Amino acid sequence: MSEARKVLVTPLLANNPISLQILGICSALAVTTSMNVALVMCLALTAVCAFSNLFISMIRNQIPSNIRIIVQMTIIASLVIVVDQILKAYAFDISRQLSVFVGLIITNCIVMGRAEAFAMQNPPGMSFLDGVGNGLGYSVVLLFVAALREFFGSGSLFGIEILALVNAGGWYVPNGLMLLPPSAFFIIGGFIWINRELYKDQVEENDFVMKPHVKKEAM
Amino acid sequence: MEQLISLFIRAIFVENMALAFFLGMCTFLAISKRVSAALGLGIAVVVVLTITVPVNNLIFNFILRDGALAWAGFPDANLSFLGYLSYIGVIAAMVQILEMVLDKYFPALYNALGVFLPLITVNCAILGASLFMVERDYSFSESVIYGIGAGVGWALAIVALAGIREKLKYSDVPAGLRGLGITFVTVGLMSLGFMSFSGVSI
Repeated sequence: MSEARKVLVTPLLANNPISLQILGICSALAVTTSMNVALVMCLALTAVCAFSNLFISMIRNQIPSNIRIIVQMTIIASLVIVVDQILKAYAFDISRQLSVFVGLIITNCIVMGRAEAFAMQNPPGMSFLDGVGNGLGYSVVLLFVAALREFFGSGSLFGIEILALVNAGGWYVPNGLMLLPPSAFFIIGGFIWINRELYKDQVEENDFVMKPHVKKEAM
Repeated sequence: MEQLISLFIRAIFVENMALAFFLGMCTFLAISKRVSAALGLGIAVVVVLTITVPVNNLIFNFILRDGALAWAGFPDANLSFLGYLSYIGVIAAMVQILEMVLDKYFPALYNALGVFLPLITVNCAILGASLFMVERDYSFSESVIYGIGAGVGWALAIVALAGIREKLKYSDVPAGLRGLGITFVTVGLMSLGFMSFSGVSI
């Protein structure tokens, strides 16, 4: 596998930002009630992550290390302002639904984490790919969760009806829990479980190991 | 007055930052292994929120809002697009100042909070509270109450989760769910519990 491809592909499952690096979970949970909103959020985050990595990597040799966090923050915040204004101009409804979560991309740890961990050490081209890769890794989880929640919660995908709902004369009784916040936690928990069954090396060690149950023979 | 009390209770329980809006999740999951650490972080969040939300409220109302610069002779100026940059700047500066003040005058508290203070800058609960304050158009007194309430709610949630996780480490969890996975499921159940507050109105 070439270096560039590796940088792009490993964050998808093998080193997923959400399920392994524990980064950027907040928005992953809150904007996943419908596919449309989740997709826009993914695009916004991938764009911000890729370009912040690119710009930070370009000036990485000029940034004094003790104020690097502020510099990174400023770059990220400016990019988020651009994204926010674009969304307000061209997708106003979706921007209303995302409410504060576009702004929260600033404090999304994926962007900050990749800037700090990758872009500060690597040349611009690679950093850009790393940003795209991690954005896509985030998107995989987000779209997975959003698909499940929208499908079972309102019987549709991307707003197109797939299961006919009972109150519209169909047969499917929507599962209200799927539209409520807690369901996102359960689904991500499940996603992590599946992911770690596929990549056994990601399994965390227990602090305490149970002794195997030994059955004593009856006297 | 009644309205403020109602806002306070709502910010703690019904609109709990961590369990209803999923804000500050990264630190919420990472620092909740021990109750003592969780408590320290919780207190730090309360302090920072109590300061930053009112300060951002003043900045929004007197500088950024549409027509807010009328006092300086610019009645047509609308700087609200600079919001994100200013709020995060205020938060980063506040955390830095707080760190220096605590270091100089309250060394004991400074040592107790330790590494958590700088972490708070990138905690989305802090920025989130400021953004909610702007979106819902709170007045100054409301923003003070909302800041405290949101902080207390978050602190409550993280201490509760840490308490559960301390017990949870003795349990026999399926291999793939160990650690992060089971924590997510636990938080989901807690969030389900907190949802029962949503009917409460005072």
